[in-house]
Amino acid sequence: MSARTLEVDTLSCERDLRELFSGLSFRLEPGKVLQVAGPNGSGKTSLLRILAGLLPAAEGDVRYDGASIFSGQGREQWRQNTLYIGHQPAVKAMLTPEENLAWLCALKQPVSRKAIWSALEQVGLRGFEDVPSRNLSAGQHRRVALARLYLQPLPVWILDEPFTAIDKSGVAGLEQHVLAHADAGGSVILTTHHSLEHLPQVQVLDLREGC
Amino acid sequence: MRQVIWLLFRREWLLAWRRPGDLLNPLVFFAIVISLFPLAVGPEPGMLQIMAPGVVWVAALLATLLSLDGMFRSDYEDGSLEQWVVSPHPLSMMVLVKVLHHWLLSGLPLVLLAPLFALMLALPLNVLPVLCLSLLLGTPVLSLLGAVGAALTVGLKGGGVLLALLILPLYIPVLVLGTGAVEAATQGLPVAGYLLWMGCLSMLAISLAPLGIAAGLRIGVSE
Repeated sequence: MSARTLEVDTLSCERDLRELFSGLSFRLEPGKVLQVAGPNGSGKTSLLRILAGLLPAAEGDVRYDGASIFSGQGREQWRQNTLYIGHQPAVKAMLTPEENLAWLCALKQPVSRKAIWSALEQVGLRGFEDVPSRNLSAGQHRRVALARLYLQPLPVWILDEPFTAIDKSGVAGLEQHVLAHADAGGSVILTTHHSLEHLPQVQVLDLREGC
Repeated sequence: MRQVIWLLFRREWLLAWRRPGDLLNPLVFFAIVISLFPLAVGPEPGMLQIMAPGVVWVAALLATLLSLDGMFRSDYEDGSLEQWVVSPHPLSMMVLVKVLHHWLLSGLPLVLLAPLFALMLALPLNVLPVLCLSLLLGTPVLSLLGAVGAALTVGLKGGGVLLALLILPLYIPVLVLGTGAVEAATQGLPVAGYLLWMGCLSMLAISLAPLGIAAGLRIGVSE
């Protein structure tokens, strides 16, 4: 469950021949939350997608526990240790929240039906377990996706705008959960427009400064 | 791993079951195309019998192509594919399961329907087993090759035409062998050679296409 140190070493990213950031280096120790900040188009999502393994980096390396996450054994280990939730919630409209989660979790490690129901209760979707997801609102879709945070004990979370479309009390609950995860020795990398800087576990990476 | 394959199969089944239209469209298309031919060229059995192998095969090929266009599109648009790519399970294995499931619900019904429509085209009864066998061996190749194209065009708006341009040339060997087998059977010639070749193509497609599909999807997701 406990995370290891993540080292990002002179990472650069290009999209359509335009450089988004270059020479980006930082370390993320276990028990910390990294908030990636910056204006729109500064490469926050691209950075998260590179870390998730969806986008190739133009240059540089990322090491988790000393092994590069871009190749071989290191990539294998990294994929087993990370939970990525992107802009799109990956919730199928034709499936119920329970069916959605059963498959999404199986992509890492299958979970029991009971666990799914209790996770859905924790994100405030009690009573919606077997309603087709197309009848849910955008915020509820996101809650279904975020229920995975209560289901899978993976040490590193990569969350792209996790609080979008979620109401105030929901955001407060999720923030608590993110901090509890960090306190238990996990690492979290997230982008959000909510301010988290006042919290002791949070370190901020501002992409505008060109680090 | 077995549990993952089972859960994926269940997911695909539920998705297909809740949108039956997507599955029925290609079958209806197949039926309509074949039944138009006797109306257009006349009910002369001799003429129909000559055209029958080609008509059935071309209709099956186009019906498969029609069903493939949206294969990965919805998974791409709602972010499911990203989750597949970042999973520690091998992507090629998962897409193989998805394509085989797709074939079971779209290719296999074509194989089962074909004898009925072949009779309408005056194909003799003793040729029907060969027709079915050739389709049974050929349609998986059509599905797998088509899925490579569907994966490569997944991120493109209106990729349907491009998909056809990319994939139809690759379908030619299957088409030639398939119609060749049925024609040989109508003339009482041996068909084993054709069918063995089609079996070879099937095995090749099952073992190599998943790698191509997975690579295509990775590119699509990184756009």
